[in-house]
Amino acid sequence: MKRGTFIFEEKPSVLSFSAVVGKKEGEGPLGKFFDEVEKDSYFGQESWEKAESENLRRSVARTLKKGSFCADDIDFVISGDLLNQCISSGYALRSLGIPFFGVYGACSTMAESMVLGATMISGGFAKRVLCATSSNFCSAEKQFRTPLEYGGQRTPNAQWTVTGSGSVVLGNGDGPFIDSATCGRIIDLGVCDIANMGAAMAPAFVDSIIRHLKATGTDVSDYDLILSGDLGLVGKNIAIELFEKEALSPGDRYNDCGAMIFDNKAQDTHAGGSGCGCAASVLCGYILPKMREGKLKRVLLGATGALMSPTSTMQGESIPSISHIVSLQA
Amino acid sequence: MVTKKEYSRIVDKHSGKSPLFKDTVRAFFVGGFICLIGQALREFYGNLGLNKELTGTAVCISLIFIASLLTALGVFDKIGKFAGAGTLIPITGFSNAVTSPAMEFKSEGFIAGLGAKIFTVAGPVIVYGTASSVIAGIIYFVFMR
Repeated sequence: MKRGTFIFEEKPSVLSFSAVVGKKEGEGPLGKFFDEVEKDSYFGQESWEKAESENLRRSVARTLKKGSFCADDIDFVISGDLLNQCISSGYALRSLGIPFFGVYGACSTMAESMVLGATMISGGFAKRVLCATSSNFCSAEKQFRTPLEYGGQRTPNAQWTVTGSGSVVLGNGDGPFIDSATCGRIIDLGVCDIANMGAAMAPAFVDSIIRHLKATGTDVSDYDLILSGDLGLVGKNIAIELFEKEALSPGDRYNDCGAMIFDNKAQDTHAGGSGCGCAASVLCGYILPKMREGKLKRVLLGATGALMSPTSTMQGESIPSISHIVSLQA
Repeated sequence: MVTKKEYSRIVDKHSGKSPLFKDTVRAFFVGGFICLIGQALREFYGNLGLNKELTGTAVCISLIFIASLLTALGVFDKIGKFAGAGTLIPITGFSNAVTSPAMEFKSEGFIAGLGAKIFTVAGPVIVYGTASSVIAGIIYFVFMR
């Protein structure tokens, strides 16, 4: 084992997965791939926070049902989200009675929970682990930015928080498998603009990918797809330049979930999607089914998270970022 | 990897700039149009026989009401997205800045939610508006009286 990287001899398998998203995501280019598209932005609830929690609950319920599991079949659930104290996860999972680890990795949460879940399975400490996360445009705007009806303008580099949730059950069985994983380092290159999160997070993604390639002795050409979580269009272009500086040229093999989930021109999402639900729903709705069909053989997912808060931003701090890597094999 | 200085150059290269000219033109025309509505209201209230001071007050109340209503109907943010400072600078922007948090935080109750959070956006305007009017008052008292 190289520092921060797990190479699994017993490869944990992704047994079941699902993605439940909101209306706008359903109207995007990947809309037809998601398990469920909810047209009501409140998900039938009374507040944005409850809507997000309901979104997460539905995704988890679907993932369990698709794998024919009941809650008692799951040894641990690892989940987190963007809301203070991770309330979406806490409330969504409270009725299931599964031993729970709440994690916070901002928008890197899907990969973070899968890295931790995979180590538990591979180490023999658990048979099945449920990993989940969610985000919601309205609850994120309310917590991090301005009220929804406030008549302001978004900057060209701003991203659109994805309303969506993805969840997986890890265990032992058929592919896709997790063959290795890398825990990200906190990287901060001094970006302070919270309306340019892709720029803040791109260096963390490139750093983790380079560390993962070195630790596993692989090259970008060994993968069908290298995917960042939610760098969006600006961050994606920055990541490409950073790769070039490191003499890596992934070319068309590299893409970003935030750049894929919306039609940025038609849907007016500026620099693309963001949020925990971005990487989670693209992975669970689009990537994992493609791997099961055999259309993608090896995929590196580097979900990216910005570890600031509204308070740190107001105190003038720059944005520390992280990216956790999950290496998937069909 | 790269230094902070070098990275800042890379970020600038790939980041988009706000379309300043387009934003300014839109703000000028929409802001001007709101002032035109204000003037029309002034004529209207004047013709009803209100004096100059009451007319001004009635115009303000009308514009605040219209902006607040449009916020509640979910229309104002769309106009604001188009107009930018054009709707922000007139009293319509202030009205929107009070109404929108009131709607947003209603889910936390009328006291700790709506009541406590209603001035989260407009609060600084009230604080520094009041403070600067006190300073202006003192200057007036000392030099101009």
